[in-house]
Amino acid sequence: MSAVQASASDSSLPSVWRPPQLTWRWWPVFLRNLLVWKKLALPSLIGNIAEPLIWLVAFGYGMGTLVGQVNVNGQAVPYILFLASGSICMSAMNAASFEALYSAFSRMHVQKTWDGIMNAPVGLDDVVLAEMLWAGFKAIFTTTAILGVMLILNISHSPKLIVAWLVLVGAGVTFSCIALIFNALAKGYDFFTYYFTLFMTPMMFLSGVFFPLEQLPGVVQAVARWLPLANAVALVRPLFMDQWPAHWLQHLAVLVAYALVAFWLALALTRKRFAK
Amino acid sequence: MPAPLFQASHLRKRYGDTTVVDDLSFEIAPGECLGVIGPNGAGKTTTIRMCLGLTTPDGGHIEALGGLRMPQDARAIKAQLGVVSQFDSLDPDFSCAENLIVYARYFGIGQRAMAPQVPRLLEFAALSHKADAKPGDLSGGMRRRLSLARALVNDPKLLMLDEPTTGLDPQARHLMWERLQRLLQEGKSILLTTHFMDEAERLCSRLLVLDHGRKIAEGRPRDLIAQHLEPHVVEVYGNNANGSAQALAESPLKELAARVETSGETTFFYTQDARPLLDALTQRDGLRTFHRPANLEDLFLKLTGRQIREDG
Repeated sequence: MSAVQASASDSSLPSVWRPPQLTWRWWPVFLRNLLVWKKLALPSLIGNIAEPLIWLVAFGYGMGTLVGQVNVNGQAVPYILFLASGSICMSAMNAASFEALYSAFSRMHVQKTWDGIMNAPVGLDDVVLAEMLWAGFKAIFTTTAILGVMLILNISHSPKLIVAWLVLVGAGVTFSCIALIFNALAKGYDFFTYYFTLFMTPMMFLSGVFFPLEQLPGVVQAVARWLPLANAVALVRPLFMDQWPAHWLQHLAVLVAYALVAFWLALALTRKRFAK
Repeated sequence: MPAPLFQASHLRKRYGDTTVVDDLSFEIAPGECLGVIGPNGAGKTTTIRMCLGLTTPDGGHIEALGGLRMPQDARAIKAQLGVVSQFDSLDPDFSCAENLIVYARYFGIGQRAMAPQVPRLLEFAALSHKADAKPGDLSGGMRRRLSLARALVNDPKLLMLDEPTTGLDPQARHLMWERLQRLLQEGKSILLTTHFMDEAERLCSRLLVLDHGRKIAEGRPRDLIAQHLEPHVVEVYGNNANGSAQALAESPLKELAARVETSGETTFFYTQDARPLLDALTQRDGLRTFHRPANLEDLFLKLTGRQIREDG
């Protein structure tokens, strides 16, 4: 980092690593996305919720009868509860990532919406913040709807689900920050395939969504514990079981660290992309 | 002379080893339309981007609207600016009216304040009947006019228009010119880049000719033509019986012109007095001639050359 700062100060151009300059002007940008989405909300709702629920029903009830109970921290829980608490984290991740990759890229690169906005008195930093929060909102919307269905299915009715909801909000924001890094680097939509197949899919299997992490070899487990999704699952699953998560501060700190570092990196790379 | 509304001094921008803008200075006076012309890659768009604070210059500075500096005061400057960029950035999911309302919010203008302005702006853009249509359903000319209307939501003092009529048919172009002239009459100032010399001549009170990032001429269109060119041009289209255009250019006819150029099969004679040349040309069979006054296009080609620029 020091090398980058040194070279930037040499040429007197502002460094892309300078601190974010954020103002309330992110709000009209967020509102713009909200208004577009409102026009398509119903199909978008069905798309966002149907897939995770199909997974839940097929695996939860189908596999659940084969698996029966799963051991979590020495306590046996029904597989459907195990899967529901993991897959809702995955849904938050997917919803935020899709929005911050494909949709944000359309607005940034294809439709030139960002360019139009930046001809008005709105800075790039505010646009990136708005996109990050917007993708986070999409995750909130999806997870809220799925949580509602899970309540109806009586998978869990712990009052601690309210806390789980807050964690999911945070996880959505974290994944939206991470995805924006790849948005800043993308030349076209094809690039996102790498992100999904090389990063998100392996992470799904290494984060204890479908089976307990303890099933994995020790080395893999050690790596997996630092994955953002694994930390989100570690927080949400006990809450579904009506328990407070152990080491909650550590898991929360990992998520917050990912979010902060990823947002800063995404902002720097996006500034670099636009500094032409 | 009133204090300039916008002032760029010694702007410089390099990309790698290429200097895109080199020691460029200019001013925009209140109420004037300054045209920036130049071949592809001359640095027009980079200059506009620097004026908007989107690209940071490597050198020089920009001051606008009474002491505000770019890029430090970018937001304060842009609050009083209207921009039409080279490529439309309209929101395809919103209707024309919604595009204006959504864009006004970026300036801190709420829906309640903006809604009464929308019919007036749509009327200005000759789009009243398309208020509920989406940009995808509009023609190219309509989209450009909607972009112009969108640039007016904040009632800007200065408009920056990057090739506002490129790709439009003559009717759409004339309507755009008429609207821009109306804005100038209202006292707005305009910075305009264009590839169309008739557009530059018609709209601009002053012109800046750029090539390879440098300013190579500046002045009022008529003055520039008078300063750099002979008043008459005779274009001659040769045929094989008379040899090539080049041969014609080197014939004794050249004594009757101050300057002769060829391009393909056409010979251009630039002269103070066309009569003797036209008389001499009637002696030669099979030639078609076209006598016209020198125009901005002649000036542009004289200053920047006839070779094609396709790398911009």
